[in-house]
This record gives sequence, structure tokens and C-alpha cells, in this order.
Amino acid sequence: MVAIKQISIFMENKPGSLARVAKTLSGGGVNIRALTVAEAGDFGVIRMVVDDTAKGYQVLRDGGFTVSETDVLAVELKDVPGGLYEIAKTLGESNINMDYAYAFVTAKAERALLIVRVDDLNGAVEVLQKAGIAIATRQEVQNI
Amino acid sequence: MFRYWNPHIERMPVDDLHKLQEDRLRSLVRFVYAHSSFYRDRFRETGVEPDDIKQLSDVTKLPFTQKIDLRNTYPTGMFCLPGDWVVRYHVSSGTTGKPTVVGYTQGDIDMWTDSLARALTSIGLGRGDVIQVGYGYGLFTGGLGLHYGAEKIGATVLPIGAGNTERQIELMQDLGSTAIACTPSYFLYINEVAQNMGISIRDDTKLKVGVFGAEPWSNETRKRIEEATGIKAYDIFGTSEMSGPLFTECHLQNGIHVWADLFLIEAVDPDTDEQVADGERGELVVTSLDKWAFPLIRFRLGDLTIIDHEPCECGRTHPRILRILGRTDDMIVVRGINVFPSQVESVLMRIPEVGDHYQIIVDRKGPLDVMTVEVEVTEQVFSDKIADLMTLSNRISKELRNVLNITAEVNLVEPGSIPRSMGKAKRVIDKRQV
Repeated sequence: MVAIKQISIFMENKPGSLARVAKTLSGGGVNIRALTVAEAGDFGVIRMVVDDTAKGYQVLRDGGFTVSETDVLAVELKDVPGGLYEIAKTLGESNINMDYAYAFVTAKAERALLIVRVDDLNGAVEVLQKAGIAIATRQEVQNI
Repeated sequence: MFRYWNPHIERMPVDDLHKLQEDRLRSLVRFVYAHSSFYRDRFRETGVEPDDIKQLSDVTKLPFTQKIDLRNTYPTGMFCLPGDWVVRYHVSSGTTGKPTVVGYTQGDIDMWTDSLARALTSIGLGRGDVIQVGYGYGLFTGGLGLHYGAEKIGATVLPIGAGNTERQIELMQDLGSTAIACTPSYFLYINEVAQNMGISIRDDTKLKVGVFGAEPWSNETRKRIEEATGIKAYDIFGTSEMSGPLFTECHLQNGIHVWADLFLIEAVDPDTDEQVADGERGELVVTSLDKWAFPLIRFRLGDLTIIDHEPCECGRTHPRILRILGRTDDMIVVRGINVFPSQVESVLMRIPEVGDHYQIIVDRKGPLDVMTVEVEVTEQVFSDKIADLMTLSNRISKELRNVLNITAEVNLVEPGSIPRSMGKAKRVIDKRQV
């Protein structure tokens, strides 16, 4: 399976929330690959992809955070105009909905990855692969 | 398994009980009139004399007393026996005003103990049980009250008091506690800490009974406690003015049995002061029938409840008070609408996604009162999708509106962020008074 695990954390929307998360991960020696914060008024959800998901999940749980793991895809994004369009079009034409997405550029800046959560994971993998769009595996994300 | 402590009294035919109450009421009225200038003055103001009290229904001729009288006569102005009769004092915390002092003769302590012996027996406790008393000891009546009641029935008492939660759990395991007495909110916290220690109260302890009180709690919370831990959760009731914790439900969990030979109870409409019928909500008013250092005449407790005089299926003939709905002084008025924290609790605890702890915050924004209910998001239901969290929050808000007829903001907060209490939980923060 090419899906990777994303960690989501429930946070109250107040000063210092993100700092507590970051401190906990840093204490556990977990490196953040990509991160996004979604806010909804008084609370928010921090979503992130880390190098070692199992360890990240554990240190956050032990730190008293409300954590969940979600299957997402790390889709390779060509660093040219129209890169995002290609992915979005492919999924849209197959009637696959993106719940949310966020992108990051890899450390070596060789490629960009789009983390995307879809309502039909298997369908998305199939149509993306058929369209010749690469999807990074867990191993690849870990080794970035 | 479920026995009577004093079958003669507990199953006494209703007519005989009334006769007993009548005799005791007449003696009481003469006693307080003879011994206390406070009561003499109060009777004269009301225009009533001891001889006017001939039958039970004459109780309504007597003046009410209330907490403010206790404060005004601080410390012992309502006592009816001199200090050398008193073997013990208890003192209320006085968080809402001056502290109040209550006192007991040895006979009063024995009455209190006997009342609890009947109650604890009615929920199946007795010799061979280990009762962990997690109520505070000292000036608070909870700890010592349960302590003597539990010893009386031959159970083993573990007098640990409130707090020291990990120790509570260790000793519960090591000494095989079969029952615990504490506030329901503290028990929920004990369960939470036990889980974090990797201990299941259901599987790893012998606990089978909880005796919970000292704060209002809902039937929904009872269900939660029972489902989460496998114990039977019983409601206990009593106030420091009445002695302390005195009465519980029987094993049928269908209302709290108030021993009629010890206390005469009435429910009155808080506005008109008239007695309300069985089944109707009223303020609980108590008259003590066998308590002498500090007797009570029509003392208004402020607790709102419903009385049922029908004998219980368990065979006991004494009246029952159905769950305490709240105290008149717990009631918060939000935009002119009366809200009891226990109503909010019963809505929240019906929603499985809501954690065990909650807090109500009332504030004023401009001219408008705003009620915010904070609930914790449990890991089991935490969804990575914001929409799911919004749906949960809207659902809670909608349920609250259906029951309370008021719009409440719902704040989802992180687990553990609502303060835990070892004693009476503080559910309401009213910022309007600051």
C-alpha cells in the first residue's frame, strides 16, 4: 500500500499550543516533514507527516495529546506551472474528493510532495498511477 | 444478599410510622420551645405555640428556618442543649459566606450512624465488605459519617479520605476494597487515573459498589460509571445541618429512602411556601425527629426534589426522594432562563462522544449573558476532519437547546484540561459576579 500515515492532533486555539507539540516531538527525536494547522474557531487540528510515525504517535500520546493516525497520500508534485492542476484534475475527473491537501518541498529540493486526504484512497491511487503521477511510499518519505 | 438493618422500623406499617412521627414531632416542638430562645422568638413571631401542634399536618403551622438563620446565630445560637452535652462539632467550609457550625450529642451521633447502617445494609453491604471512605475527614461530615456507619454494619473501613489518587487505587487493589464512598466526579477521576496506570477497575479490583454524593449528579452519569467500571452506583444524601450523609437508595435504585422515624420531610413550592403534592417538584424542607443538640424545625435545604410516599418494592415503607435536581443556590439564570448544572450534565452524559468532565462558564458580552459549555474531546472520537468535530459541537449545542431552551456555545477542549476535583466538583464558573 502506498498510503502513508499522517498524525493529527486536537488542539485548543490558544497561545503555546503548537509549541507544546513541537517540544514533545523534539524531545522524542522525531523530525517533522510537513505540517499544517487547520483552525475552526476555538479549536484546531494540527496535521503532520513525520519521519517516524509510530514513534511520533507514541511520544505525543504519552505527552497527553489527543492524537489520531490517518491514511493520506504523498503525491509527487512537479515543480512547474500546472503541477497541482494535473493532480486535482485527475482526481476530480474520477469523482474523487479531496478533503484537504498541503504541500511541501523536500529537503534536497529535488521534488515537491502534496499530502492529500481523499474520500476514496484506492480509487485515487489507481487513477493517479494510470495518469503517470508518482506517489511516494512510506519508506521514501522517511528517507527524505 | 439484600437485607434489612432494622426490619421492624424499616417495614413499619405507614399508619404506625405516622403515629410515631406525630409523637416525636410533639415532643420536639415542646423541647425546642423550652430550650431555645431562638425558637421561642420564632414561634412567637409566627403566632404558634407547642400545644397547637396536635397532628402531623400541623407541621405547616411551624415557622421555616434556613441557612441564613444559622449564620445569623453563629456559632451555636440554634443549639438546644448546652455545650457539655455536645460530643462533636462539624463545620461547613463557608465558601459562600460565614461557616456554619453543627453539634451532636452522643445520641445524635448514634442516630446518624444507625441511619447509615440501615442505608448501607439496603445496598447489600455488611460484614466482609471493605469500604474505602474517599470523602474528606475532619470538619466535613462526609468522611466521619460514612466511617461510623460502615463500622456499625461490621464492614472493614479503609479511612483514606479524599485525594492521593494513585494510592487510592493501589490500596483498593491491595486491600480488596468492595465499595467506595466519594463524590461521583472524584470517582470518575479515579477511574481515569486507574486507566492511565493500566488498571481496570472492572477486572483488576474487587470493587462492586459506589456510594456517591455530596454533589448533584445525573442518572446519565450513573449509567456511565456503571458501564465503565462494572460497579453499582448508589446515590447518598444528607446535609451537614441534618447530620451529614444519612440516606441512600436501596438496591432497586429507585429514590433515596428517608427514614421517617428520624426526619419529617416536605416539599414546598419555593415561591408560595405551600406544600406540593407527591410527584411534583419542590424545595426539600426537613424537621428532625430524633436529634437534640441541634434539632431542625422546617429547615429549608434549598435542594429541589420530588417526594414519593408510596412504599418501595423493597418492602421499606418510608418516603423516598427522587434524585436531587439541584439546589436553588446552584441554579444559574442565563438570559432570564433557569438552568441547573445537573440538567446540562444529563444532556452531556447522554452523548457518548463527550468525555466525563465538563464545565459551564457564564459570562456577559455587552448586555447579553453567554453560556459556554466546555467538554473534552476523547481520543476514541477524535476525528482528523474538522467537519466531524464541528458536527459534534453542533450536536451538543442542539441537544442543550432542546432541553434547556437556551443557546449555549460549545467549546471542545483538550482531555485533562478541565480541572479535576477530589471533593465537590466546581462545574460552574460565573464570571458575571466578578
